[in-house]
Amino acid sequence: MATDDSKKMTRRTFLKTAAATTAAASPMALAGCKGKGLLGSTEAFALEFQEYFKSHYRLMTEKERKKTVERLERLTKISQDLDIDIDTTGPQENVLYGYAFNVTRCEGYMECVKACVKENNLDRKSNTQYIRIFEMEHGRMSPDQGDGKYFHEVPKEGHFYMGVQCFQCDNPPCVKACPTKATWREPDGLVVVDYDWCIGCRYCMAACPYWGRRFNWNTPEVPKKEINTRQHYLGNRMRGRGMMEKCTFCIQRSRKGKVTACVEACPTGARVFGNLLDPDSEIRFVLENKKVYRLKEDLGTDPKFWYFID
Amino acid sequence: MKKNTLLTNLFSFVKDALIWNLSGSLLYQVFLCGLVCLMLTGVYGYVIQFRTGLAATNMSNIVSWGFYISNFTFLVGVAAAAVMLILPSYVFKDKDLHKVVIIGEVVAVGALVMCMTFVFVDLGRPLQFWHLIPGIGQLNFPSSLLSWDIIVLNGYLALNALVPAYIVFCHYRGKEPVGKYYKPFVFLSIGWAVAIHMVTAFLYQGLPARPFWNNPLMGPRFLASAFAAGPAIICLVLHIVNAATDYKIDTKIFNKLRIIIVSAAIINLLMLFSEIFKEFYFPTHHSLSAVYLFFGLDGHDSLVPWIWTAISINLLGTVILAVNPFKKNQIFLLPALVLLIVGIWIEKGIGLIVPGLVPSPMGEIISYAPSSVELMITCGVVGLGMFVITVLLKPALIIEQRYEQERSG
Repeated sequence: MATDDSKKMTRRTFLKTAAATTAAASPMALAGCKGKGLLGSTEAFALEFQEYFKSHYRLMTEKERKKTVERLERLTKISQDLDIDIDTTGPQENVLYGYAFNVTRCEGYMECVKACVKENNLDRKSNTQYIRIFEMEHGRMSPDQGDGKYFHEVPKEGHFYMGVQCFQCDNPPCVKACPTKATWREPDGLVVVDYDWCIGCRYCMAACPYWGRRFNWNTPEVPKKEINTRQHYLGNRMRGRGMMEKCTFCIQRSRKGKVTACVEACPTGARVFGNLLDPDSEIRFVLENKKVYRLKEDLGTDPKFWYFID
Repeated sequence: MKKNTLLTNLFSFVKDALIWNLSGSLLYQVFLCGLVCLMLTGVYGYVIQFRTGLAATNMSNIVSWGFYISNFTFLVGVAAAAVMLILPSYVFKDKDLHKVVIIGEVVAVGALVMCMTFVFVDLGRPLQFWHLIPGIGQLNFPSSLLSWDIIVLNGYLALNALVPAYIVFCHYRGKEPVGKYYKPFVFLSIGWAVAIHMVTAFLYQGLPARPFWNNPLMGPRFLASAFAAGPAIICLVLHIVNAATDYKIDTKIFNKLRIIIVSAAIINLLMLFSEIFKEFYFPTHHSLSAVYLFFGLDGHDSLVPWIWTAISINLLGTVILAVNPFKKNQIFLLPALVLLIVGIWIEKGIGLIVPGLVPSPMGEIISYAPSSVELMITCGVVGLGMFVITVLLKPALIIEQRYEQERSG
């Protein structure tokens, strides 16, 4: 009889029971010997424990998603005494995000980089940045021939500027490469990472022809005062050590109908973001009326990021 | 009743294996202690890496794979090379090679253990490795070549561990192994050996983002270099076995292995030449990685002395082995074997992985050299591999020798 029951037990229920039992037992066990565990408090330990056994984001039910969000919010409250709000808004109907970059207008102020770092809670310790701006000599057209480390007054005579970030390819090589399906393309075109499912093998990084991915070599650090508390599970929530991350076109903003932080910050209006399926959108106007081009078209990755010249 | 004796046999088999492993000359004990020290160095390094993250290595967002993956790539070749003994001894019924096939298989097991450990220590989140296991995790099969690699490496480990284990256990009980129980797996393992190295090559070859790797010659060249370096390592192990144990190895065997090594090494050099021709006859934007490797770019030339050393000693080793100036005593070929192994290790390890990643897709050029933590962990993994080979080989050879004597005597 007992064996019959255990055979019927699915993986999910097994993990759930295992996690719940241990989670209930471990605080008691820990409280018995020390009162404070390795992770600061017994409650945090129990939450971390349950987090360890949680499933892939795409396999979770709505209820499970709510639970993990609660756990993550509570963990931040315990560790940093900070109230964060993690959103799980899904893709909207009839939306496909696209981006266009006006090469003529950009003057290399890098306000977009600054806004991105703040908005997406990027690691300040290793100076992680999703956006790179390359200073290009006239006559060049590919950022790999430009200077991505310029440090002087801009704009510089005889130069123009090109911004590069994740291009949210429609045929993304990174997704194909990932051995655990921890990164995928959402129906609205965003390529996202389930940070907690990533094992940190960095195969996606080798597969990306645009250098669009960043790895957390150390535990990322953001000063408490600067943490953006409006977060998305697949977006700017705090990452941990050993996880891959990338630009998501500010999923926490775009899925709420707002433009990305880089677009908002750009002082020259060089950045255009919008819904490719909306015939009245600015991005559609750019694609229909300007001469546009994309990087490394020959690879067939089909990026949703176009450059154009006024 | 029958099952019971099998169990008792298995128990005494394990017990005897343990005793044989722990007993031995003073030199053997010192050797074992040395291996344990190496492994402890690795554990120390890994503790540091585990606490600080992969920031403890010199890898970065540009060189995102380094020394670990380099060594992994080389060792997959060593593992695959066992097939060069298995094929002639089981398929062509070569009596001489049949005597040493067990040694080849054990070296393959050791190499595979090292491969998997190298991949494991390279993971950013090793505790989450269960996400790969189908059933409780999600394996991206067949889309991801890494998932293919995980499957073929584990399968090959199983084949190379279980087939010899069965044969040795039969011999331990003084029985002849039953062909139909293990022969199908032997034939499977021959194809599988080619598969592990082709799949590992495809891992790199399948990335259009990296022109240096995105090259159809990669797979065949991996095989050629593997069938040179792998048998060379097996040859070294045979020399050690010959000198340190009563299990005597015939000169004929060394000669046969030498011919295998030389043929593979020559094919490897031909393919290398073909690659160099393609990169430098009409250099394109895609040749920058090769320029970086062979001549350096923007003052970053840390790999240059390595690759030229590799090519020189590769050539020298191949020539010595081909000419074979010491016909009588094969032991004088040892330096040539070492030259060839080191040459292929550099060329296929760090000389393959790092230039694939530099210049980055955004044109950035940096230098990479392993950090002390990476070196310590690498020592540990190599120690582990040698330990595995030693503890598997020692009882296996004792059993084989006994069985031979019983049959002849």
